[in-house]
Amino acid sequence: MELLLLFISTVLINNFVLSRFLGICPFLGVSKKLEVAFSMGLAATFVMTLSAIATWLIQHYILIPFGMERFLQYVAFILVIASLVQFVEMFLKKTSPALYQSLGIFLPLITTNCAILGLALLSALNGYGLVTSTVFGFGAGVGFTMAISAMAGLRESMEFGDVPEPFKGVPITLITAAIMSMAFMGFSGLIAM
Amino acid sequence: MKTGYEFFKGLWDENPIFRLLLGMCPTLAVTNAAMNGLSMGLATTFVLLGSNIMVAALKNVIPDKVRIPSYIIIIATFVTIADLGLAAFFPDIYKVLGLFIPLIVVNCIILARAEAFASKNTIGTSLLDALGMGFGFTWALTLLGSIREIMGMGSIFGMQIFGEGFVSWIIFILPPGAFLTLGLLLGLFNAMLNKKKTQCG
Repeated sequence: MELLLLFISTVLINNFVLSRFLGICPFLGVSKKLEVAFSMGLAATFVMTLSAIATWLIQHYILIPFGMERFLQYVAFILVIASLVQFVEMFLKKTSPALYQSLGIFLPLITTNCAILGLALLSALNGYGLVTSTVFGFGAGVGFTMAISAMAGLRESMEFGDVPEPFKGVPITLITAAIMSMAFMGFSGLIAM
Repeated sequence: MKTGYEFFKGLWDENPIFRLLLGMCPTLAVTNAAMNGLSMGLATTFVLLGSNIMVAALKNVIPDKVRIPSYIIIIATFVTIADLGLAAFFPDIYKVLGLFIPLIVVNCIILARAEAFASKNTIGTSLLDALGMGFGFTWALTLLGSIREIMGMGSIFGMQIFGEGFVSWIIFILPPGAFLTLGLLLGLFNAMLNKKKTQCG
């Protein structure tokens, strides 16, 4: 039950993009087409779930026993995430070319997605267990997919709108994001955590 | 002239936030007050300076194939220094910026400058480039933070500037305000630039 609450709160209330400001770069950059945005979301969810598990193992079996979590955490986490992304890319290329075709180009971009590192640091900071971290990672991924797909859907329809010249492109996207973020704030009373 | 440009380009022509749109996450997340924007900008400038100098110094030693991981390790090292330094000397600021200090590691500006500039230039010009880009980032963050603080709390750097009658617009210090302020600012700058362009041409 607690896990379900954590999941819902990560997806809706503390949405990574709209209320924690993690993963803004792909949110603004890869949200022009709904299909592409959705693939990006899927790839990110996949890597987020895996990296939540991997960084938990590193934190609890290597960093803490050797007393290095204070000063080696960032270096270790970013290396784990970068190699994990590389590994996933190679694995997909070998085993599932179809999936690689649709997710492939986004995988390298995900390394520098701050949502992934933010997720690892947040779950270390909150002292989550392995299962909780995994649920947290998956929830964050779902929330990211939801936000980026909704944004892409809006931008697709906005193509036909009459936007003032200086506001075309990024400015109007940011203002749309502001309205979305306001709508998401409506969820904040949903669960008392 | 050329060396001067390496410094000044970061302030406006290639301003990381308003012109290049890099490093959006900290820009939006920590600018709910002018002071937070300023300290985040300075922390990023420190990391940028360290990593640019280091990358420029080591550019002939690092093999081309593993350059990106090497840059990331250099950046992560400087971020750890900044993190521990802030936690030791400025615990209040550290508490507010929190998660976004470690996230400087994945700030696109830093890796972008290492890859696009420091790996091809000398230590001296890389230093100027880092300072220019860093200050460009800092003033943009401070401007954003000031606007949000004035609208949201009626104060700037913690000083009240409006009288009792001012009703603060709480929305500006909440997440939607970040998107809204940056969107409006970018639109405003675009409008100004377009006007200038038509006047010149």
